[in-house]
Amino acid sequence: MTVGSAVGYRPSRTLPIRAEIRRQASRRRTQLALGFMVLLPLIILLAFEFGGGGDDDDRNRGTAFSSLVDLATSGGLNFALFCLAVSAGFLLVVVFALFAGDTVASEASWGSLRYLLAIPVPRARLLAVKLVVALAYSFVALFLLAGTGLLVGTLRYGWHPLGSTIAAQIPPGQGVLRLLGILAYLAVVLLVVAGLAFLLSVLTDAALGAVGGAVLLWILSSILDQITALGSIRNALPTHYSDAWMGLLSTPIQTEDLAKGAISAIVYAVVFWGSAFFRFTRKDVTS
Amino acid sequence: MSAFPRVTRRRAVTAAVVLVLIIAAAIWAVLPERADWTAQDLRITVRSGPGDDQPVDLDARFLLPAGRSGRVPAVLLAHGFGGTKDSVRSDAESLAARGYAVLTWTARGFGRSTGEIHLDSPDYEVKDAQRLLDWLAQRPEVRTDAAGDPRVGVVGGSYGGALALLLAGQDRRVDAIVPSITWNDLSRSFLPQAAETGTTGVFKKSWAGLFFGSSSGGDNPACGRFAADVCQAYLSMATTGVPDQATLDLLRKSSPATVLDRIKAPTLLIQGAVDTLFPLSEADANAKGIAAAGTPVRVAWFTGGHDGGTGPGSDQDRVKYLTIQWLDHYLNGKGAAPGDDFTWSRVAGFSALDRDLVTNGYSATAYPGVTGTGSARLDLSGAAQPIANPPNGNPGAISSLPGLGSRLTSLLSGNVASDIPGQHATFTTAPLAAAVDVAGSPTVRLRAASPTGEAVLFVKLYDVDQGDAATLSAGLVAPVRLTGLAKDLSQAQPVTVTLPAIVRQLAAGHTLRVVVATSDQAFLSPAAPATYTVAVDGQLTLPTLVGKPIASPAAIWWYVLGALILVVLLGLAVLLLVRRARRRRRVTTVTAEYADTPLVVTGLRKAYQDGFVAVEEIGFTVERGQVVGLLGPNGAGKTTTLRVLMGLTTPTAGEIHVFGHRLVPGAQILSRVGALVEGPGFLPHLTGRQNLRAYWQATGRPWADARFDEALEIAGLGASVDRKTKNYSHGMRQRLAIAQAMLGLPELLVLDEPTDGLDPPQIAEMRRVLQRYATDGRAVLVSSHLLAEVEQTCTHAVVVNKGRIVASGPVDEIVGDSPTVAIDVTDVSAATDILTGLGVRSVTPDGATGLIVDMNGTPRAEVVASLVRAGVGVDRVVPRRRLEDAFLALVGDNSRGSGDR
Repeated sequence: MTVGSAVGYRPSRTLPIRAEIRRQASRRRTQLALGFMVLLPLIILLAFEFGGGGDDDDRNRGTAFSSLVDLATSGGLNFALFCLAVSAGFLLVVVFALFAGDTVASEASWGSLRYLLAIPVPRARLLAVKLVVALAYSFVALFLLAGTGLLVGTLRYGWHPLGSTIAAQIPPGQGVLRLLGILAYLAVVLLVVAGLAFLLSVLTDAALGAVGGAVLLWILSSILDQITALGSIRNALPTHYSDAWMGLLSTPIQTEDLAKGAISAIVYAVVFWGSAFFRFTRKDVTS
Repeated sequence: MSAFPRVTRRRAVTAAVVLVLIIAAAIWAVLPERADWTAQDLRITVRSGPGDDQPVDLDARFLLPAGRSGRVPAVLLAHGFGGTKDSVRSDAESLAARGYAVLTWTARGFGRSTGEIHLDSPDYEVKDAQRLLDWLAQRPEVRTDAAGDPRVGVVGGSYGGALALLLAGQDRRVDAIVPSITWNDLSRSFLPQAAETGTTGVFKKSWAGLFFGSSSGGDNPACGRFAADVCQAYLSMATTGVPDQATLDLLRKSSPATVLDRIKAPTLLIQGAVDTLFPLSEADANAKGIAAAGTPVRVAWFTGGHDGGTGPGSDQDRVKYLTIQWLDHYLNGKGAAPGDDFTWSRVAGFSALDRDLVTNGYSATAYPGVTGTGSARLDLSGAAQPIANPPNGNPGAISSLPGLGSRLTSLLSGNVASDIPGQHATFTTAPLAAAVDVAGSPTVRLRAASPTGEAVLFVKLYDVDQGDAATLSAGLVAPVRLTGLAKDLSQAQPVTVTLPAIVRQLAAGHTLRVVVATSDQAFLSPAAPATYTVAVDGQLTLPTLVGKPIASPAAIWWYVLGALILVVLLGLAVLLLVRRARRRRRVTTVTAEYADTPLVVTGLRKAYQDGFVAVEEIGFTVERGQVVGLLGPNGAGKTTTLRVLMGLTTPTAGEIHVFGHRLVPGAQILSRVGALVEGPGFLPHLTGRQNLRAYWQATGRPWADARFDEALEIAGLGASVDRKTKNYSHGMRQRLAIAQAMLGLPELLVLDEPTDGLDPPQIAEMRRVLQRYATDGRAVLVSSHLLAEVEQTCTHAVVVNKGRIVASGPVDEIVGDSPTVAIDVTDVSAATDILTGLGVRSVTPDGATGLIVDMNGTPRAEVVASLVRAGVGVDRVVPRRRLEDAFLALVGDNSRGSGDR
């Protein structure tokens, strides 16, 4: 059997994941995004330290959700949770969209995509490697944020139970598990953003368009979700269950919305990625 | 060119799909929902009153299931106080959809019904309902047990719930009842007394006022549409806080407590745990009374009520399920007999999505009442404390906010309740060692001393977390009116106070705080100021209840999630296997005749989706050792051909074989091809060296095969190779790209406009590099629109124009020996004469001294000899072998490219 390829060439060895990780690691935007994930908890910590802590008496104690703010300085776990809570709505969305949306489109805009395809890296493999690495970077960003929050929070405020006003305090050991659960859920829910950004990344040569488009659609979905008049249609919106991780804070944990949210996210992500693969393996690369 | 986009098949399909979706959405939105029921609004005139002689006109609605066959059982659905038949509309519709004939009506004194409010009086409202039973019995759609006896259940909440109980007690025709959040004894509800004493309780002024105020209309501004006796009872009670006998009689008459022993209809009692008006103890009294008569009774609690509303979705679903189950069995004979097991719910936490509470359901085999199945005793500490009663109850402590809607959160996570300093005594327990599941009425023994011998006190139980945030569960308080008190605490007799039943998990680490206050804004407390002394005796007793969690439907979603992931993984595995099999089949096919030919292009055609044909038909061959130039004007189809060749674009027709392997996008044979297509493409943030390294890493091939140094030498970038490529000039990038194409010394090198951006010495160098490259059996394909370049670099040329091959072959052959010669002579006119005489085809002057001569076969030597012989000096003789001529001759004068076609 003559394979006919060059010596040492095997399609399954092209674009090794390590090579793609290195390709992305050398980029300034990767370094900045990951760096900011470390920086944000520090900024929040400084804000809590210097931002006038004496007005607690005036402030009304609000709902359990504003209690996340009140409790943020009660311990490392709560601080990490606060960092996640403030980032989940937008920052993490942007980060996921950035890593997934930029990956193919930027190669296309540099013109290096056609050289990768001419190596040839099989198209499906190229996408798979790009996707895996983009997701890996996204997850690393997520864990960096939580990890840094936990670390600096614990150093500054100590190792205390995870508090919330409705449920009983959660002992630290279990609190860590809950925090991991929250991270896992956020990672799953944000797959929708990653999926959408990745699809757009395949469809366009403009990296900014892919990232911005995904964030824009996510925001649009969030806005529609606020309109209660839409009724049960809202359940189908990709952002509908994005806050369900809060169910992990009560005792016993509320898992129904977590499961629904995960189902919704996986369905959306599979559809988006499926479309991306379908499109990319058939399209004429003209850039 | 039209301003409109071309209609292609693809666009047409997309447009059609979008159109169909829009139409489907529009139809879905516009089409009315197909109702499972039919409704009829009507007015029913009934005669009631003590003598059955006072006509009243009731505004009613009769609903029937849509797919009804034969007679169906009926449900009499009553609304709450202040409501109308519209308040229960959705319940009526869902019951009708379940197969019941449903009669709803606006009670007398409300909405568009006539008459006055008699507070579910047996002579008025209950008789109205009996007449409605008569009416139902006459309906041909309604199943009857006997003539004039319809098969009927009565369902209602609060005011309607009490009506259900009273009607079932008064009329044996009722077959089942589902009263919810209703009272047992109206006097106890409005004058609650939590202490073990016969003294009349404390007037619940806020709820009473709320109800009294909710009746509008009528002739009497003081009474609204209340009947005179009811109005009078309220006025006197609200003024003094102490009811007279007539009032007590009236309230008693409107209380189901009086008829419980006569109720034979199986009863499902639903009561809310967040209800300061009719707390759980009311349903408990009803349940005990009905059960004592031997009638089947079932009790369910939910997290809601007059303060808490309908409760979270899971509770609503449970209540709806229990109701339907009850009616289906006792009215319709469907389903097994519902057991007498008891279900309740407890707050589990917040729902992140509806920003409200989430409850977990629990069940126990039997109804335990409000005393639980077990108990926990906790020691209370705190010295006897003096507390002041404020004049006219102002300022007063806040426990609940009746009528302010149903924010469960505020009631169960407790931010409403507040106490006034100096007006309350506090007694606390130690932090709980373990969580306690309380379900029922806690009790505490209280001692009080009062200088007047009387005291009105409010006893409450706070759940205090580690952060000292105190929650008064559901805003429930135990009002106590004590008489005959000693003046000094040491002589005071302890009295047991039963606090309102609560359902709550007291978490480990929390402390409990018993507060005894003198005022509460929800109640009428004595007007005169006084100072009491209060103490608690020893222990707080908490009834506990441990139930089996009701399986939540949430579990289903996890199974769905698991199945979904499984399906996705399976699909992925199948896809991978199919792809692998297909690829294996593809790579093995080799066309033997081309096996040693670097490149064979046959019949290539590429038409883009917008209809533009970039390549009509192109076919050529590149053999080993050749440097082939693909020559053509801009837009001739060169780049498209190369794109197809690199697997970037799929051709419409035709084939490309590289070393006998058919070339498709991603074909492995491409690994033997090095390419520069459409300009360089580099990662701008990497240096030239890093870029080449990154590229080679992406090939996955061994590092040694790259021939890295040779490639770098060809690039000739010197020290710049370690600068970032974004700072490179166009030429530097071009050279780096050529070096990249040569990495690994591929057997076929494809270069698109390689000299673009290079300066003349570099171009010359590049020519040598390419010519040298093609030795050793390798081949080079160069595309260019520069004729000189091809002529000087290539061994073979393929001339393309308008998407077609115009000529191909060795450069020499294409160029041929041009028939013309350029001659510079000293005497142009003499030379012209001589040349004409030699029989050449034409002589054209070219500048001052030049002549272009079409030789027509005459040897050049003879021409020169003739000129010299004739004394004409010859400065220069240049054979015109320029490709330009050939090129122009081949493609014609028309210099427009195929792109302009």
